[in-house]
Order: sequence, then structure tokens, then C-alpha cells
Amino acid sequence: MALLELENVHSYYGNIHALKGISLTVEQGEIVTLIGANGAGKSTTLKTISGIIDPRKGSVRLEGEDLVAYRAHEVVSKGVIQVPEGRRIFTRLTVRENLEMGAFLRNDTQEIKKDLEWVFSLFPRLEERQNQVGGTLSGGEQQMLATGRALMARPRILLMDEPSMGLAPVLVDLIFDTIKDLNEQGMTILLVEQNALLALDVADRGYVLETGMITLAGDAKELAANPQVKEAYLGG
Amino acid sequence: MTQEKKPTWKDAIQLGVIGGVLVLFVSLVGMVQAFDGRYIISETLTLGQLLLFLPPLIVGYISATRTDAQHRVSGILFGSVSGLVTGAILAALLLLGSAINLRAMFINASPELMDILMFGQETLAVATAVLVIGGALLSVLGAVIRLSPPLIRSAILSGVSAVIIMGIMQELLKITFGGRDWYMPIDDFLYEQKGLSWMGVVVTFLLGVAISLWRARSASRPKKTVVKTRSRERQRYVQIGSFVLGAILLLILPQFLGPYPSEILNTVGIYVIMGIGLNIVVGYAGLLDLGYVAFFAIGAYVVGVLTTTGSLATVMWSWWLALPFAVLVSLLAGVILGIPVLKMRGDYLAIVTLGFGEIIRVVALSNWLKPYIGGAQGILQVPKPQIGDFVFKDPEQIFYLVAIGIGIVAFVAFRLRDARVGRAWKALREDEDVAEAMGINLVNTKLLAFATGAAFAGLSGAIFATKLGSIFPHSFNLIVSINVLSLIIVGGIGSIPGVLVGAFMLVGLPELLREFADYRMLMYGALLVVMMLVKPEGFIPEKTHKAELTDRGDVDFDSEIEPIAPAITEI
Ligand SMILES: Nc1ncnc2c1ncn2[C@@H]1O[C@H](COP(=O)(O)OP(=O)(O)OP(=O)(O)O)[C@@H](O)[C@H]1O
Ligand SMILES: [Mg+2]
Repeated sequence: MALLELENVHSYYGNIHALKGISLTVEQGEIVTLIGANGAGKSTTLKTISGIIDPRKGSVRLEGEDLVAYRAHEVVSKGVIQVPEGRRIFTRLTVRENLEMGAFLRNDTQEIKKDLEWVFSLFPRLEERQNQVGGTLSGGEQQMLATGRALMARPRILLMDEPSMGLAPVLVDLIFDTIKDLNEQGMTILLVEQNALLALDVADRGYVLETGMITLAGDAKELAANPQVKEAYLGG
Repeated sequence: MTQEKKPTWKDAIQLGVIGGVLVLFVSLVGMVQAFDGRYIISETLTLGQLLLFLPPLIVGYISATRTDAQHRVSGILFGSVSGLVTGAILAALLLLGSAINLRAMFINASPELMDILMFGQETLAVATAVLVIGGALLSVLGAVIRLSPPLIRSAILSGVSAVIIMGIMQELLKITFGGRDWYMPIDDFLYEQKGLSWMGVVVTFLLGVAISLWRARSASRPKKTVVKTRSRERQRYVQIGSFVLGAILLLILPQFLGPYPSEILNTVGIYVIMGIGLNIVVGYAGLLDLGYVAFFAIGAYVVGVLTTTGSLATVMWSWWLALPFAVLVSLLAGVILGIPVLKMRGDYLAIVTLGFGEIIRVVALSNWLKPYIGGAQGILQVPKPQIGDFVFKDPEQIFYLVAIGIGIVAFVAFRLRDARVGRAWKALREDEDVAEAMGINLVNTKLLAFATGAAFAGLSGAIFATKLGSIFPHSFNLIVSINVLSLIIVGGIGSIPGVLVGAFMLVGLPELLREFADYRMLMYGALLVVMMLVKPEGFIPEKTHKAELTDRGDVDFDSEIEPIAPAITEI
């Protein structure tokens, strides 16, 4: 059984039919990427999984259990954790407070401490800046913080929405290295990206989303070699 | 950072004009004249004159603020120009007022005012010169104070403030403590018939200086080390010791103060309880509630209905028995208001809660409920609480109720803030959507904030009902909500000690200023504006809110950490 499975999901914003029957699966330990142009419905897909939007039709299942009935905060408690688009850190709280907020649902103080150390080892910059308020971090540091905060919840699956957005190439590399790193440590990741080249490079499998529908799916290497994909997303 | 700060003629004249507008204002609204008989220093300085002297002084002071150490002389020079302008504007008023009758437009531009502005001179020409030169001299004085070393400057300012405050407080102290044995010698020592004696001036000035020096010293001492070196056990003893000491002080305080000050304290305390409650809703959870008075009213009315022995008597319970019901009903009302506004944010929430507050007031006034809660006539004869033979009858005894009430709500508020729900509130306040993504149940978190806040207001209302002995709907209008909100903002939003300070300033101070009748609200308003300009984050700010208001943003809360390297845009 797949860890995460979407079947024929239809989501709307009022009358706008944003997802028109999405089906996808993420297996335990995989990196799966969802690529597509602006407005294709990538963020909507993640929001639907997280319970922020309820689909009108279709099902979202985590290890067979339907998530649609759950409210957003309950989905979090199931271990489905999102790193939102545009980071959305708590700008007035310190880095450390932000990270601790990520572990809000947990009670195991000792383990939280260990995870904090672990996040600091992944992103040493955050440790240096732990008493600085989030809003004063650079864009790259904010992305690290948003990722770190999600990790503090001990996700079973991590949903990342365009982590490369607005970052300098060096930083994008750093973030993607971390993604690979996390995956090697066993983390399952659903990665939404516009930067198809990079995303297909780290991912095991990929889906191409166009105006609310999945038009291509398959092995990441094959997708990267697909002429259609090449033309549309990889600049020829 | 070697930016030169050099004042320009334009700045100086601009400041002078501002000072001029100020002196015109205090003159023409009648304050100068009204307070002419009110001596600060016996036979020497009246409050009216002080109002005229302050603007040029302040203008000179500000003028000098705009210079740095290298331009001391020009700072003083420019200061004097500002004061000169201020004085000239006042002189113009004198000349104009003497030549033609201004009273058609300014009722207070009376011959008496002109007489005051003559400052005892025979001819207009001399008086004009006195005003202009006096203005310049005063502002030079202001500039010199500003340019003196910080320690001396704050000592002088503190000393002068002490003299002014003690001078203004003469009547108040007499009314308040007049009947007390211990006060008479103090009064004899400090005051003449009207105003401070010279002895009093010297003593209060020195007192002010001493306070300033003491504060400077304790500020320069490192704070934490003292506590750290103490053992746990000793700390605990110190804690218990200071608690017991505080309790004893609170116990004897009302007896010592007498009825009138105790009454003021009680009023302040009722607002403190509400403030701590609203602070949870607005300060912790970030939900702007403008109808908070509703829960205060509900608490008061529940106690009224259940306890009154008057014409609307029902079950005639004791106050103690009614109290938990008052709190519970308010709490439920908090939840009931909370449910429909769960999805609302910011402005919308404020408007809906505002409406809720009005609904409760209108319902209280309505004929519909009149048989139960008396409509506009309200509920009379609310009994006083009693424990055994001890009756909480007079302000001195009600004070204990208020103090215990504050103790309880402050304790609960502190515990909640540090508990899990406190963190949930914090996340909610910062970003509702992200809070949800942290797994926080928004519905419960919001409702808990509304419920706790409402319960505290209910407790406050219950005490208010018995304190007054009767309940009238007009006690529960919008101004109460606004006052409570203002006091938490002035005190420092999110901070419990801030609530205490804010309540004293916004509720206590106006009571103390009663002597100044019509001008009271004017001064109060001015004070509020100045306060928010000088300390926008409130008197005792809570750290997260402080971060929001400091323009640099890079506040480093932990002083042990090294300062952050500036200008990081991208790592
Ligand atoms: N809150 C909303 N209300 C109405 N329409 C919305 C809303 N959010 C998104 N949409 C619409 O739904 C569609 C899908 O949006 P979505 O945000 O999922 O795109 P995306 O693939 O994440 O794009 P991007 O790469 O720009 O982030 C778009 O047409 C968008 O205009
Ligand atoms: Mg998107």
C-alpha cells in the first residue's frame, strides 16, 4: 500500500475548478515531484492533501486511511507536514521559537531536544541565528527555517512547495542537497517545483500537472528525457 | 555614522512656532487663567505661569536635541531663536488683546489674561520685551539642560518634575489624607497655605535627584548575576519572604490610605482584572475584541439578579454563592460570542464584537427584561459579601476582594501563557494559517481565549456590582471597552505588569486629576498622545510585540549573543 495516495481528486475555489481529477501515489521512502507551470494547481494539490481545502470529489489516503474527513490540524497530527509556499515563518518569533512551534503537538521533551540538534546540524546557520527573530533572516535562511520547522514535527511525509522560489543558485543547490540528504535518512517527500530540471534530478518519480490535470507521469529520468517535458519545462 | 547633525534656521523657527501655538492654546482655552490662583511654589510660581513657561523650555530642549556635541554653541543659539519666536507669538497675543477686543472669538482672551501676560510690568512695551526675552532665556535654559551630561540632565529633569508634581498634588494630598494624623506634619513641612514652601521645594527637588541617581546606578549594575549566584533554596526563601511581605503590605494598605484612595484603587483594580482578561484575548491570541464590556455587564447582572434584596429580589443568595455563576455565565457568553466570529479576522472581528457589546447594553435597557433586571432603573440593593462577622462593606474592605481577584486572574493568566495553550495563542496571533499547519486546533484555541477573557470580566463585574451596591445599564457602555483596550496598549500589549501600569495611568490618574475639572480630559488626551509617541510599545512591553515596533527589527533578545552582522540580504 502506498504511503500517500490521491485518487480522482477534484478541488474548487468557489466556481473555479482547480483540480480536475488528480491521481497520484507516493511510496514510503520516495521523493516524488510534481512539476508544472504557474497556476497549474500544484499548491492546490498540496493544500488539498493538508486538509486546507476539501476536495469535492475523490479521496486522499494515508496508508489507506482517508484524510478527507479530517480538519487541517488533524492531518498534521497524522504526520503529513507541509513546508508552505513562500516559507511563511513566524516573522516576530525567534528562530528557536519557530522551530519549537513546529513540535507543537509533541510532548517528548527529550526527543524534541534531539531533533532540534539534528535540525541545527542540517542547517548550522539556524543555530548561529537561533535568537534572532525570523523576519530578519535572509530568504535562504527563511527557507531553511521553514523546512526545519516542518522537520520538528517528525513528518511521515514532507510536502514541500517550491523551496527554490526566489533563491540564488548556490542556495537552491544547498536546499536540494538537504532534500537528498533527508531522503537518504528515510524521509518521504512530495516536492512541488517549477524548477523541473532540479526537481527531476533529485526525484525518483515525477508527475506533470497542466491546468488541473496530470498529463505525464513516470520515472524521473525518463521524464527528464521526454521531449515534451524538455520543450515545456527544461528550456528545450 | 559620522552624519553631521546641524540645525538650520528653518528648524529653529519651526519649533518656535510650534511652541507659540502651544502657548496660545493653553492661554486661549483658559487654562492659564484658570490656574493662575493655583500656586506650585508659594507666592512665586503659579500653575498658570508654569503652563506659559513650559513651551519655550521644551522648544529649547528639543532644539538642542537636534545638535550633537560638536555644535553645542549653535545648539544653544538656535534654541534661543526658537524661544524668541515662541515669546514673540505670545507677545503678539498680548499686544493684539490689549488693542482690540478678541473676546468675540476667544472667550478666554479676557483682560485678566492680558493682565497675567503683563507679568507685573507697567507699560506694554516693557511687557512685550519681557515676553520675548523671557522666551529666549527659557529656551536657552532648556537647551543647556539638554546639552549637559546625561547624568546631570536626568537628575535636573527628575528634580524639576518632582517639584512640579508635588506642587500640583497639594490639594489632592490634603483631600486624600487630610484626616490622617501622620499626614499633618508632612503637610506643614512641605507646603505653605498655597504652594510648596521653599523648604518643600528644596526637599522635593533633592528627592527627585536622588531617585534619578539611584535609577542610573541600578541600571548600570549587571542584573542577572546576583540571582544566578544565589542557591535555589535561598531563592525560594526570598520568594516566599517577599510574597508574605507583599501580602502584609496589601493587608494594611487600605487602612493606611483611608476610604477615598481605597475607592480609587478599587476602581483601578476592577479595570486591572478586565485588563488582564482582555489581554489574553487581544494580547495573547491577537483577537481584537471591542465588545468586552458585555461580559463585565453579564457578570454584574448575574450577581445583581441572584443576590439583590430590593424590589427585584429573586433567590437572594449570598454574593459568594452568586459569584461562580456570574463567572460561569460570562464564560459561556464568551463561547457564544466566539462561535460566530471564529472565521473572522481583524477589522471584521472588531466590528462584530463591538455590536455584541452594544446588544448587551440595549438588552439591559430594554422593557423586555425590565421585570428581571430593572431596565434603566437598574438593580438596587446588591448586598455586600460577608465571611463570618467580617463584612466587605467599605472601600477599605472591598479592596481585599479586588486584590484577591487580581491575584487569581494574574496567576491564571501567567500559567496559561506559559502552558501549551499559551504557545498556541502566540502562534495564532502571529499567523493563523501557519498556526493551523503546526497542528493547532484553531477553534478550541480561539474559544478558550474568548472564554477565559470573558470569565475574568465576569469576575470583575461581580466585584463591581457589590462595590457599587447597585447596577445601572449606563455603567456598561462602549467607553469601558475602549478604556480597557487603551490601558493594555499603554501598558504594553501582552504584558501583565503593563496592565497594572496602564490601569493606574488611564483609570487612576484621571481620578486624581479631578481637581482640574474641565481640563482633565484635555490633559488626559494630551498625555495619551505624548505617551504613544514616546513609548509606542507601551510602558512594560512584552518582547514579541516590541520586536514588531522597533524599526530596526533586528532585536536580539538574548544579550549574551553577539550582535548580528548588519545587512544580510542573501547568505
Ligand atoms: N484562493 C484562491 N481563490 C481562487 N482561485 C485560486 C485561489 N488559489 C488559487 N487559485 C487558482 O487556482 C489555480 C491553481 O492555483 P495554484 O496556486 O494551485 O497554482 P500553482 O501551480 O501552485 O502555481 P504557482 O507555480 O504560481 O505557485 C490558479 O488558476 C489560481 O488562480
Ligand atoms: Mg503554487
